[in-house]
Amino acid sequence: MIVRISDDALARAVGADELATAFADKGHEVQRVSSWGMHWLEPLVEISGIGWGPVTLGDVDAIIDGGADAICIGPIAAHPFIARQQRLTFARAGKTRPTSLEDYAATGGWDGLKRARQIGGARIVEEVTQSGLRGRGGAGFPAGIKWNTVAQTIGAQKYIVCNADEGDSGTFADRMLMEGDPFQLIEGMAIAGEAVGADQGYIYVRSEYPDAIRKLKAALALCGAIIAPFRCEVRVGAGAYVCGEETSLLNSLEGKRGEVRAKPPLPAIQGLFGKPTVVNNVLTLAAVPHILADGGSAHYGAQGMARSKGTMPIQLAGNLKYGGLFETAFGITLEQLVHEIGGGTESGRPVKAVQVGGPLGAYLHPDQFDIRFDYEEYTAADALIGHGGITVFDDSADMGAMARFAMEFCAAESCGKCTPCRIGAVRGVEIIDRIRDGGRAADAVESQPVMHNAPKSGRLPEQEIELLTDLCETMKFGSLCALGGFTPYPVMSALKNWPGDFMPGSEGAVAKVLDRNQA
Amino acid sequence: MSTKEQRIGEIVAGHAQTEGALLPILHDVQAQFGCVDGESEALIAHGLNLSRADVHGVVSFYHDFHDHADSRPEVQICRAEACKARGVEALMQAATKAAGDRVKLHSVYCLGLCSVGPAARVGDRLHARLDRAGLVQVIEAAR
Repeated sequence: MIVRISDDALARAVGADELATAFADKGHEVQRVSSWGMHWLEPLVEISGIGWGPVTLGDVDAIIDGGADAICIGPIAAHPFIARQQRLTFARAGKTRPTSLEDYAATGGWDGLKRARQIGGARIVEEVTQSGLRGRGGAGFPAGIKWNTVAQTIGAQKYIVCNADEGDSGTFADRMLMEGDPFQLIEGMAIAGEAVGADQGYIYVRSEYPDAIRKLKAALALCGAIIAPFRCEVRVGAGAYVCGEETSLLNSLEGKRGEVRAKPPLPAIQGLFGKPTVVNNVLTLAAVPHILADGGSAHYGAQGMARSKGTMPIQLAGNLKYGGLFETAFGITLEQLVHEIGGGTESGRPVKAVQVGGPLGAYLHPDQFDIRFDYEEYTAADALIGHGGITVFDDSADMGAMARFAMEFCAAESCGKCTPCRIGAVRGVEIIDRIRDGGRAADAVESQPVMHNAPKSGRLPEQEIELLTDLCETMKFGSLCALGGFTPYPVMSALKNWPGDFMPGSEGAVAKVLDRNQA
Repeated sequence: MSTKEQRIGEIVAGHAQTEGALLPILHDVQAQFGCVDGESEALIAHGLNLSRADVHGVVSFYHDFHDHADSRPEVQICRAEACKARGVEALMQAATKAAGDRVKLHSVYCLGLCSVGPAARVGDRLHARLDRAGLVQVIEAAR
């Protein structure tokens, strides 16, 4: 009997290795496959297409005998969570062994690369542009246009850099893809290399993902001859969140401090070691093999809505009953994601807030849940879809504390290059503390008679709120990169939607300040 | 020539063909000696023809590199948004108590297990769906 158990880091963290050993000890062949992405069911055991989960060691005998009905979910592929999805980037999830060349080739692997080599660079760029693929890292910049810039730039050496520094809390799609289908990412990079004339690639993975690093290295060792003359190497980050920003990542790859660079020059023109460089997120590059396969670009471009084409692997995280990976075409509402698919909170309490797009994304109120998953709709709502992570909070969350954490995180992770981020974040923490403490009295220096311009009565919480709003404005428009520039999103959205969590009874004061700033 | 000098020389030489070799070198040195101290910085700087300030700037920038070795076992606990939403903060008091002086607790921001938090990492072993008892057990078992 063949027993299939995921070797994804998440499955392993909840006991998949021990289960695999238990089944092997009973004389069964265990295949370690990628994860289906139904995380509440991990560790999931699959025998002839039928699934059981979450399985404990005590269930092993019953499963072998065909029992354990209480945890049996029937045919996995027909499970509503899977059946509702449109899996293109994650088409192989749950189905193949991650580092098996045989499995990869048998499921359409390398078809995109073969076709790309036949049609040549200009046509590749054209097809990627036609597909409407946009950068999945968060900025949503059209991939085809970026590739075209690199292709048009003259240079003896060009690079393909994969940004796998997935530091956002609430996101894990990059990790799942690197661990579950590493060849697809490598194929996407090789196609990008073919398109722009680059023969060297780097995958910059964060050090918090040891499993992904191991699997990528194993995969690269196996497929070197297939992707040649393109070469690719894994580089490991060192715990700096800001290195997920593309220019900071390039500095880190060069062996420097991960400080952000001013743009221009664009990395597409002067990137890694000053050479023309494509920097794309894991999910962007992994979508490319499908797009380049026969008829792929038209199929991909037909999905989605408005200017957001194709599918997005959405990550359902935080306090959700059914958390996991949900890949679907753009246009799905937050209401559907949180309640229909995610099943509401795991704690059973009402949903209070949802943070979309990682630590730099806005906190959305349940009143806003009809918003559709689309780059432009989120931008219009002063929010961002970022890397597609959705973190759900129940009504026990203190949004004032979450806003403070956003500033604290920005202060800890700021690269220090620009002032609004480096100093603004520290001041932001202080101001939020003062609002929560009910304002501040004038200090010894301010009370001196000689300090003519200092307010003698200290500052009221309302004035602190005004100051915070002003600071956020400065950070948003004055920071060099998204870290300082987007930290105001979680802070301001929390302040706007839950002012009582900052200061009980401050609703009126906050509304007044926000109105004045909008006018 | 001290063994450290020799070993770091070998590590640097091993990366002679690596583009932008400093980070891979620092990872190797940290893995070998548990830290990148001032002496190591000077040796690496010499090997790469950089100033010591250049190397120190890089070492001090990244959270992963430490300037002195800590022989205690380290337990990383994720305290980012998704794990907060799943209640990690309520476990921290018990965790700190269980760790005492024997175990080093290190807060990290995201281990990528955001749908099954609270999560912790010891070495390359990950743990998820931790409740108070589970986390205390992980900390007590850390070697």
